[in-house]
Amino acid sequence: MTTDEREAAQDFQAPRPGDGWVDGNEAAGILQEIFTMDITTARGRCAGCGRVAPMAETRVYDHAAGLVVRCPDCDAVLLTVIRAPDRAFLAATGLTFLEVTLPETAGSGFTGA
Amino acid sequence: MARAAVQRRLTWQPATVAQVRTETSSARSIVLDVPGWPGHLAGQHVDVRLTAEDGYSAQRSYSIASAPELDRLELTVQRVPGGEVSPYLTDIAEAGDRIEIRGPVGGYFAWRPESVEPVLLVAGGSGIVPLMSMIRGRAAANSRVPFRLAYSARTPDDVIYAQELSRRVRDDRGVDVAFAYTRGTPPGWPRPPGRLDAALLAEVGWPADFIPAVFVCGPTGFVEAAANLLVAQGHEPQRIRTERFGPTGDREAAA
Amino acid sequence: MAIVTRGFTGRGRRDVDLPPGQYLTDDFPVLSAGPTPRLNLDNWQFTVTSESGQRVSWTWSQLRALPSETVTVDLHCVTRWSKLGTRWEGVPVSTLLADVDTAADFALVHSYGGYTTNLPLEDLLDGQAWVAYRYDGQELAPQHGGPARLLVPHLYLWKSAKWVRGIELMHEDSPGFWEGAGYHNYGDPWREQRYSGD
Repeated sequence: MTTDEREAAQDFQAPRPGDGWVDGNEAAGILQEIFTMDITTARGRCAGCGRVAPMAETRVYDHAAGLVVRCPDCDAVLLTVIRAPDRAFLAATGLTFLEVTLPETAGSGFTGA
Repeated sequence: MARAAVQRRLTWQPATVAQVRTETSSARSIVLDVPGWPGHLAGQHVDVRLTAEDGYSAQRSYSIASAPELDRLELTVQRVPGGEVSPYLTDIAEAGDRIEIRGPVGGYFAWRPESVEPVLLVAGGSGIVPLMSMIRGRAAANSRVPFRLAYSARTPDDVIYAQELSRRVRDDRGVDVAFAYTRGTPPGWPRPPGRLDAALLAEVGWPADFIPAVFVCGPTGFVEAAANLLVAQGHEPQRIRTERFGPTGDREAAA
Repeated sequence: MAIVTRGFTGRGRRDVDLPPGQYLTDDFPVLSAGPTPRLNLDNWQFTVTSESGQRVSWTWSQLRALPSETVTVDLHCVTRWSKLGTRWEGVPVSTLLADVDTAADFALVHSYGGYTTNLPLEDLLDGQAWVAYRYDGQELAPQHGGPARLLVPHLYLWKSAKWVRGIELMHEDSPGFWEGAGYHNYGDPWREQRYSGD
């Protein structure tokens, strides 16, 4: 943290200031490349504790060897993204599902029946 | 969403600096010409990439400060001491320079003019930037939705957009702004310097039973403290949208 | 082809004596995939577990009582920065493996906080790896992996696991955190083995 930022953090009493993480809005750019949609409003279920919440509320460690997205409740790793020059690696083993809002179309809904 | 629009958002687009404007001693606004920019939602951000002659590049995210419009957008950048990208944008970039942007990004922290509920904006330092996009967007859409802003800054000299905010309070009808100064107050200020607290929020914010949409933006510590105060005042957590800036290592806070 | 921005040079310096794709830095960037573990030295333990289940452990004072070395090494991070001439003090991993009965070929390194990384056992021997607890003349700070981290400078820095708590010896290779996520399984900076498939 720079001096300015440290001072800024101390200006406001926080029970637990972010310990190296920022919120899920910051993962939006890289994830948008892979998912071709805005992922911040998508809701994911944590494989660790079952919490279902918008991706924007996750804790993003964007200062690591890759992007690490963690559950805000239990800290489990939900997904990681490694961005190479011409490809990206997405590992999402920490999400049991990702729910994305899509435009409604008549007759949509595939149940496999 | 049109396929072309989606693909534009995923790729780096050239942007030309049209104008730069000093806001405070550490913050500067940069107007960018981006041919084909489809507009954005108030509150969204862009990724900015700078590339040196030898191919080395660095990228950071910055909130969009302007109201949605075609072909042009404005960023407000605060200089992070020792930063890699922000000092370039605040000190070196000038009209005619070219950078790359990608986006707009982030639909979660956004205000749409079709919304009707009252809006409470809570800004800490440079967290004012995406909230200013919302205030400007409200005016551009001729919205009558009432907005209240609680803006915490260190001293009056650190307030970004000070004159514009005064003007909008006077002219826009339906925008109210209250300040908390944490280090130094203007002469004659009724309160000593101090952080944004429950009393000030209760006084200037909407009561929880108005069920306002709440947007909080600033450094992580500020956002957590403010969100806790708001929840304690009865605002539903789901009605509070937050965006935290920094601070980690050399990752730079968006202005 | 990216647009070149007039007047932008970035912070890093580029240097021809580095592994391919790296630039030189004077900083020591802190990269972290999660919250920094806050560890109590009274509870701290380092454990080597062999493939047969044999365990050997050291408490903090036991580790510090072992013969140590001071070494100067270069660090190469897969995020492209390199820091040359860094000084560390620690215990060679060979010392910690000396009394372990093993026929294993692979190691999985475990850290407090859950991080893991894997490498061939032979890459931990013969003066190639240390459990390091002092950096640049001072006790290793938490954000750089203190109280103790693994140091394996001939591989990319993600293999030098921070907040190390043990080494598990295995017959079969098992990818660690970043290896499973897409980074290269071995990670030799001089062959630029950054990503899976390189």
